[in-house]
Amino acid sequence: MNKIKFTIDGKECFAEPGQTIMEAAKANGVYIPALCRYEGLKPAGSCRVCTVRVGRGHMAACTQPVAEGMVVENIVPDLEDMRKSLIEMLFVEGNHLCPTCQKSGNCELQALAYRYQMLVPRFPYQFPVRQVEPVGPHLLLEQNRCIQCLRCVRGVKTTDGKAVFGSVKRSGKKKIAFDRDLAAGLSADAAKKAMDQCPVGALLKKEIGFMVPIGKRKFDQKPIGSEFEDKRS
Amino acid sequence: MTKPIIATASLAGCFGCHMSVLDIDAKILQLIELVEFNKSPIDDIKTFTKPCDVGLIEGGCGNSENVEVLRDFRKNCKALVAVGECAIMGGLPAMRNGIPIQECLEEAYLRCPTVDDKIIPNDEELPISLDKVYPLHEIVKIDYFLPGCPPSADLIWEALTALVGGKPLGLTYNLIKFD
Repeated sequence: MNKIKFTIDGKECFAEPGQTIMEAAKANGVYIPALCRYEGLKPAGSCRVCTVRVGRGHMAACTQPVAEGMVVENIVPDLEDMRKSLIEMLFVEGNHLCPTCQKSGNCELQALAYRYQMLVPRFPYQFPVRQVEPVGPHLLLEQNRCIQCLRCVRGVKTTDGKAVFGSVKRSGKKKIAFDRDLAAGLSADAAKKAMDQCPVGALLKKEIGFMVPIGKRKFDQKPIGSEFEDKRS
Repeated sequence: MTKPIIATASLAGCFGCHMSVLDIDAKILQLIELVEFNKSPIDDIKTFTKPCDVGLIEGGCGNSENVEVLRDFRKNCKALVAVGECAIMGGLPAMRNGIPIQECLEEAYLRCPTVDDKIIPNDEELPISLDKVYPLHEIVKIDYFLPGCPPSADLIWEALTALVGGKPLGLTYNLIKFD
């Protein structure tokens, strides 16, 4: 089969036909920062953190298929600053109190803020009023921390394949909602899987918060994406 | 050459960040060689006696006294540093930001089962609570931010020595943590 030839930041890469820029980058050992993307789920392109530039156009690397001869810009100063500003917007838009969060240290939003050395967001804090809701017997939905990446909408299913979560309302009022009857049937294992799929501390399995000590959590020692960058060098 | 002068204050904070300053352990002897302290709870100097170079502020602004102290620091310090999550984004005290202040006071002083005299304190000596807890940079210009709850002693040491030594701030991955 003919491989597609393209470049990311000048590095020559090869892709299978139909692969997205994100998938092809990964196969070529190139890290493109992302947040709403989750291995095994259909990409949603909702967070735009993976935005890359092709020619003069900006596109989400997780949804855009690679084309022959594409010249992709990824880790360049203006794109990195735009990604940092997206992370900052997500921080001010919700109530992200990292010191009180069970997901701290394992949180991908926080990890990206660390990666970009976000010391303070450039936008004013919104302090929205949001609720915490029980989702069946094993899960909590912490709306304060939800970034609406739609990973749970795409990924949390009942054993017979029905989606438990969905999004309601639009624009600034948009939020994640769930079906109470389906949620009541979620097992403890399914709840743990849902918590792992959530990039932030919005979906929490009860009774397992703060189990891993500080220093041993996922992003305590190494930045997010460093597994790619170590391989490359 | 005179030593750089440092002032510190804790506003709507828990004093944890000040504890973290003391956490630099034996390096505190080096610190005393390096800088002079002015207004600070550490040496108990209550008012500014001279202009300072660096002001370290812990905690956000939750009442009128916090605002007054913060403005006083801005007037008397060349550089202001927001130290810790509360100073940067309000932190734990900011959890009241979604609740109207009247409701907060009623919950604490009228509906609380362990309070005997059920009155909302209203003495003119008391500072007035603000409608919400504000990050410092929304009240005055802040020059530097040190995140963490608390910021680690290493981060405070690195930042402080760089600042008074006029060196660029080189923050490694392990120093920047929000918890």
